Amino acid sequence: MTSTAAGPTYRAPRRLGGGGPRQDNSRQIATRERGRTLRATVFLAPALAVIIAFVFVPAVLALRLSFTDASGFGEASWIGLENYVTVFSDPATVRAIVNTILYAAMYGPLVIAVGLCAALLLNRKDVPLRGFFRTIIFLPFIISMAVASLAWAFLLDPNLGLIPYWLGGLGIRMGDVFASTTWALPAVTAVAIWKSFGYFMVIFLAGLQGIPRYLYEAAILDGAGAWRQFRAVTLPGLRSTMTFVIVFAIIGAFQAFDQIYIMTQGGPDRATETIVYRIYTDGFRDFRMGFASALSYVLLAITLLLGLIQLRVGTKRERDLE
Amino acid sequence: MLRQSGVVAGLLVFAALTSLPVLVVVLGAFSPESDVLSWPPNFIPSRFTLENFEGLTARVPVLLQSSNSLVFAGVVTASALVLNSLAAYALARIEFRGRIAIFTVLIAIMMVPFQALLVPIYQMVSALGWVNTLAGLVIPRAADVAGIFLLRQFFITLPRDLDSAARIDGAGELRVFWSIVLPNAKPALLTMALFHFVGNWNDLLWPLIMTSDSSVRPLTAGLALLTGSATGVAPYGVMMAGSLVAIAPLVVLYLIVQRRFIEGVAMTGMKG
Repeated sequence: MTSTAAGPTYRAPRRLGGGGPRQDNSRQIATRERGRTLRATVFLAPALAVIIAFVFVPAVLALRLSFTDASGFGEASWIGLENYVTVFSDPATVRAIVNTILYAAMYGPLVIAVGLCAALLLNRKDVPLRGFFRTIIFLPFIISMAVASLAWAFLLDPNLGLIPYWLGGLGIRMGDVFASTTWALPAVTAVAIWKSFGYFMVIFLAGLQGIPRYLYEAAILDGAGAWRQFRAVTLPGLRSTMTFVIVFAIIGAFQAFDQIYIMTQGGPDRATETIVYRIYTDGFRDFRMGFASALSYVLLAITLLLGLIQLRVGTKRERDLE
Repeated sequence: MLRQSGVVAGLLVFAALTSLPVLVVVLGAFSPESDVLSWPPNFIPSRFTLENFEGLTARVPVLLQSSNSLVFAGVVTASALVLNSLAAYALARIEFRGRIAIFTVLIAIMMVPFQALLVPIYQMVSALGWVNTLAGLVIPRAADVAGIFLLRQFFITLPRDLDSAARIDGAGELRVFWSIVLPNAKPALLTMALFHFVGNWNDLLWPLIMTSDSSVRPLTAGLALLTGSATGVAPYGVMMAGSLVAIAPLVVLYLIVQRRFIEGVAMTGMKG
């Protein structure tokens, strides 16, 4: 639900109750301002209380925990940077970080490409049953990742599944993807792409509708073919949509958990362990809460860094366009 | 003409890909286990049966966990609607000192993945004695930055004249909020509500951590434990039945409001 233009295009609301007398003296202005601040505080307080209690405070606590050997039981002692040293020196943890990056590197470009493809097909005015297709393609977004994972685990099961059976009919022999250290990570990524490309499609459709028709007409007059129209009109027209979508895809990718928990439990041989999966298993199965907190801060740092870079690049691109 | 049929063919491929797993769940739920475990696999069941649902209710307290899901997702949605819209109103329509500072901090927070805070939140909830309670599931989610942000973006677009007129008539802040801003912001409120309901109904990690007692656990987490490696061979037919129970209410809700929902998603993505 993030939006890219949030910071830069923020407009201060105009002063309310503009019809008031002009010759306010400064005391009246100050009183009025205090009144507004008081009212705003009352409106903000309940939500801010929840956010302070369950985002701010935990963020500080997580930082403190990450320097301890907390297990969730008994006293925890301060161990300095040891957890962070372990994060970057333990091969299994490094593997989880690398897996997460690989996952994001597959998920991001593919979910965007597939979503854009579907949007381009559905954006044509002459397509019959547009509403039907839109509804069906968006459907996976409503379904829980847990259920989607079950369904795909079944569909891909080498002994029971329809997909190996159908592919077998075409002469393609497919082994157990979830047991393959090479294919398990692409397979869980594919399920995530299946689940969310409809969401990206809808965002792209909204973006496509914002591109003025006359640009295409001008391009056609200049003799541009379909590919050239796409390069010269569609892609530049989707610039701000792209920024939003890339941030969203990256943030989503770094939070991968459900399908891994259901389909592979991190296996085979840690091939599908991700950062969040490790936060879960380290923190809540193995009770290494200090270590899990250090991993959390690594996740936090990566997400913030990527988000900020993309926001900056994106807004710069938008500015260049103007 | 050729071109159009190409486009339709492409869309049919997309539609088939997205609906195949859903069809498999629906058909599998009504298939006898022998069908589910047969090779070559049967796409269409040889006979329709409810035995998977019987197997499901024997293993999982489905009705109880469905109502847990309903209460959990429903209460989170209701409280988020109230708290987020109040906060968004203040940020969008009251000009007070510190507004920009608060808003900037909230934007920064929006990028913090909640998974990164799981361990301390769990410890806090645990210290409060809220593990395995509705309060533990709901209160940490009673308000959220993304929801405030979405509503604020929408509230800001509503014309000022609406509330100035009311103010001249002597309406107070709460009255402007309740009878001017909220009725005009229905699409945004509906979108936020659907996002929250769907997101929490489907959520796995949070209920998995916050509940260990199966009687307070929401359905998605309850079913996930059914598939856990601990149980050995996965009873696919039963899991399909459970999956159907878990998705049916959302799919029905979605089909009823799909137009609004899709528009709302497009809006949240695009409204700057």
